[in-house]
This record gives sequence, C-alpha cells and structure tokens, in this order.
Amino acid sequence: MIHIAIQKALHGVDADMQLDVDFKIEAGEFIALTGQSGSGKSTLLRILAGLEEAQGEIDVSGESWLSQTKQLPAQKRRIGFVFQDYALFENMNVLENLLFIANDKTLALRLLEITGLSEFTKRYPNTLSGGQKQRVSICRAMMRRPALLLLDEPLSALDPAMRSKLQTEILMLHREFETTTIMVSHDPSEIFKLASRVLVLNNGKLIQDGDVKDILLKTNGSQKFSFNGELLEIQKVDAIFVATIAIGQQLVEVVLSPQEAKNLNIGEIVKLSTKAFQPTLSS
Amino acid sequence: MLNTLLEMDFSPFVLSFKLASITVIILFIVSLPLAWYLSQTKSKLKPFLEAITALPLVLPPSVLGFYILVALSQNSPLGSFFKETFDINLVFNFTGLVVASCFYSLPFMVQPLQSGFESINKNMIEASYIGGKSKIETIFRVALPNIKPSLLTALIVTFAHTVGEFGVVLMVGGSIPGETKVASVAIYEMVEVLDYKAAHIYSAIMLILSFIVLLSVYIFNAKHNKKFGFTK
Repeated sequence: MIHIAIQKALHGVDADMQLDVDFKIEAGEFIALTGQSGSGKSTLLRILAGLEEAQGEIDVSGESWLSQTKQLPAQKRRIGFVFQDYALFENMNVLENLLFIANDKTLALRLLEITGLSEFTKRYPNTLSGGQKQRVSICRAMMRRPALLLLDEPLSALDPAMRSKLQTEILMLHREFETTTIMVSHDPSEIFKLASRVLVLNNGKLIQDGDVKDILLKTNGSQKFSFNGELLEIQKVDAIFVATIAIGQQLVEVVLSPQEAKNLNIGEIVKLSTKAFQPTLSS
Repeated sequence: MLNTLLEMDFSPFVLSFKLASITVIILFIVSLPLAWYLSQTKSKLKPFLEAITALPLVLPPSVLGFYILVALSQNSPLGSFFKETFDINLVFNFTGLVVASCFYSLPFMVQPLQSGFESINKNMIEASYIGGKSKIETIFRVALPNIKPSLLTALIVTFAHTVGEFGVVLMVGGSIPGETKVASVAIYEMVEVLDYKAAHIYSAIMLILSFIVLLSVYIFNAKHNKKFGFTK
C-alpha cells in the first residue's frame, strides 16, 4: 500500500495556492488523476517522482520516500514516469533506450513485443511516429519494474485512433505486470477504459475520490442522457430559435423557445439533457 | 620557394599547437561541471558567474595579461607558493602560458557547452534521473551525446582561439624561443624585423588552418542537424 500526504505552496498563473492532498493507494490499483489545468496534477506527479521538493510523507509499502527528516532522491525511488512529450534519449536506439535504464534484455524484448515494437529495436527516436515514441517511453518506464508508474497525460498529443490503441496496450501492460499506476488524464473515455478509481484535484485539494462511474456519469434522476457543451450560436428561424452547441468534437442543433434563448449567453457551458423518450442509436 | 619552406623554423607552430591542446584538455575538465551547473541552476549567483566567465571576451588582452602577471609573479602569494613548494616559475615560461590561456579561452569552452545543455529537453535529463542514473552518468551518456555540435564547437573554437591569442601570451610569456614564442608572437617579430617573406608564409598558414577548422565545424553541424531533424 502507498500512503501519500503532501503539502506544497504553488505559485500558479492566476493565484498562489496550497497543494494539500492525503490519500492511500492499494497495490495494483490504476488511478486516474483529473481536474482543471493548473490544479496541481503534474506537480503532484513530479513530487512523487522526486523531481520537486515538498513537505509531507510518501510511504511505499513500508519504504519511506519522503518524511520530515529525509527526501529520497529520484534515483533511489522505484518510479516509472511517462512524459507527455516522450523525452526519449535521442542518442540511443529503441532497445538502448530501454537497456540504459536496466540491463534486462528479456524484459525489454517482452515489453517491445506487447507494444508491437519488436521490429523497431534498432530505430532511433527521430525516425518514429508520435505513437511509436510514446510506446517506447512507456516500455522504458516499465524497465525498472517500478513500484509506482506515473503517466502525465501520456496520450494527449496523439490522434484519437492512436490514443485508443495505446490505451489497450497500457491496459495489457497493467494486467501483465500489475504495476500500481497513477495517470493524469482529461479524457473521460480513457479514464473509464483504464482506471478503477478517479481522483479529482481542484486548486490543490482533492475534491472527489471514488468509483469511475460515480464520478464521471453526468446523468442523474429522471434524465435519460445529459451532455455538457459550449453554446456557440443562437439563430432566430421564423418563430423559433436554433442553438448550435459543441459537445466534444460534435456539433448539434437544438430548438429553443424565445424564453430560453433570452436567458442563455454565447460561449456558456450548457447542459443538454432529455427525459423520457426513446432515442435510437445507429452506427 | 620549397627551400624557403624547408628551411623555416616551425617550432613556434608546434608550440602553439601544444599550448592549445593542453589548454583544451584542462578547460574541458574545468568547464564541464561549470557549464552544467550554469545550465541547471536557478541560483541568484548565476548572472555573476556568467559575467565573470564572459569577462575575457571583452577585457583587453593587456589588462588580462597584466592581472595574470601580477597574480602569478614570484612576488604574489600564489607565485611564491609555487616557487617555494614545487620550484616552478609561473611567468615567462610555458606553464605560465597554459595558465593564462586557460583564463583567456574560458568563455569559448563554457558558453557553447552551457547553451548546448540548456537546449536539451529537461524531461530527457529527468527521465535519466528517474531511471536511477547519477548526475555524472547522465552528463556523459545522455547530455553530452545529445549536444555533439555544441561539444565540437566548444573544443575546436577553444583550440583555434588559443592558437590565435597574442596579447596575453606576449604579456605573460614574452618571446622565448622554444618556450613561449608561439606562432602569433613569431609573426609579430618577423614584421618588426621586416622579414615579410616569413611573415607571409606564417600568416598564410594561420589563415588557411583557421578557415579549414571553422569550415569543418560548420559542415559537421549542418550534417548533424539534418540527421537529427533539427531546423535551428
């Protein structure tokens, strides 16, 4: 079990705030860490990795990484870290990138096999695509057999198809190695697919901690479905008003009454929901 | 013509290259930790250290030479210590030249290394630390191999600059044949005694060598950047 209790004063873009979290992780858990940008997610990961200083305690199955009296350097913590920008060693080929961390060829080849990179062992990072680079980066992070794997928005720079593929591979790696994992993510489908628990960070504090469905499902009560979207435009068409709303990557048009149209402002985040009807899904 | 060339005394060139080689080796050892520290630190001392490192770029060589002379002469604490302990004179000999050259060429080694280290993706360095690698191993196996153009620039330009120095050498070393009379000083003396033929030959050799050195640096860097897809 891992116990994390950290305090650190952060100087944010808008205002200073206090990062103050206290939570426990069971061995083998896959945790998604989410929240608005600037809420302290990346800083929390960097503190766990030993890249930034903080007050508090980090206890990893009896081994103290951070306490009042000592701070274990990054080199001594058994951490795997995946950066959003891959951060591969450009002067080494794929296999060398892995072996530099730990000279265990069997493990390296197994990891590359799981992620479909067996044919790319001799390639240098600058000849790989973004998706391939991030796979190498994930494999490299696993080379130390980490006690804690930290993924900092690992897939946000990739296109949706590649993202989905890598999510599956991360899941396969997690099933095979059962590494305790914390992943920063903004993507609800990604969180749903991978994580068993979600932590929501806001202004440096944990405001939600629980089951993925409880936190991410936005419908409640008699609503049959419900989406948040940005109101882009309201147009008057004869006697009615038509609103254009962006939900994720999708644009939809909704009919509004004059009364509703009056109360809404362009650019607002609105909730679009319906009750009691029979939607049909088709593909 | 050939006879003239064969009869010429090239010992000043040999001395210049010996001085430059030793200076490059010493400066690389000294500058590597300094450049690394400057590239990583957020300390308030950084601008002061950078200013001190850059001083030899703007100081007249005579000023630098004068201070080195004062600091190393037998009347100074440092000079008398070396004289009494090791029986080594630090001025008007080759040792003095090496010391002076190390000061004079310091910025040419530190600055390219520092800007090279600063251009490295910080996450790459952190990935090495997280992988359990010490600072020293990270510098030699991750940082330096990723800044080869900067490394080459630092080594070659320091070498070339040391070969080309004149004022400091004259101040600290004088012109003792085989000891402190390097190529640039030799040319100065040839011109003084109106031996233009020798001065022409020496100067032409310096010009061609310098050009070849700089050209090879630029060719290597262009190739390297192309290979690794850098556009800067």
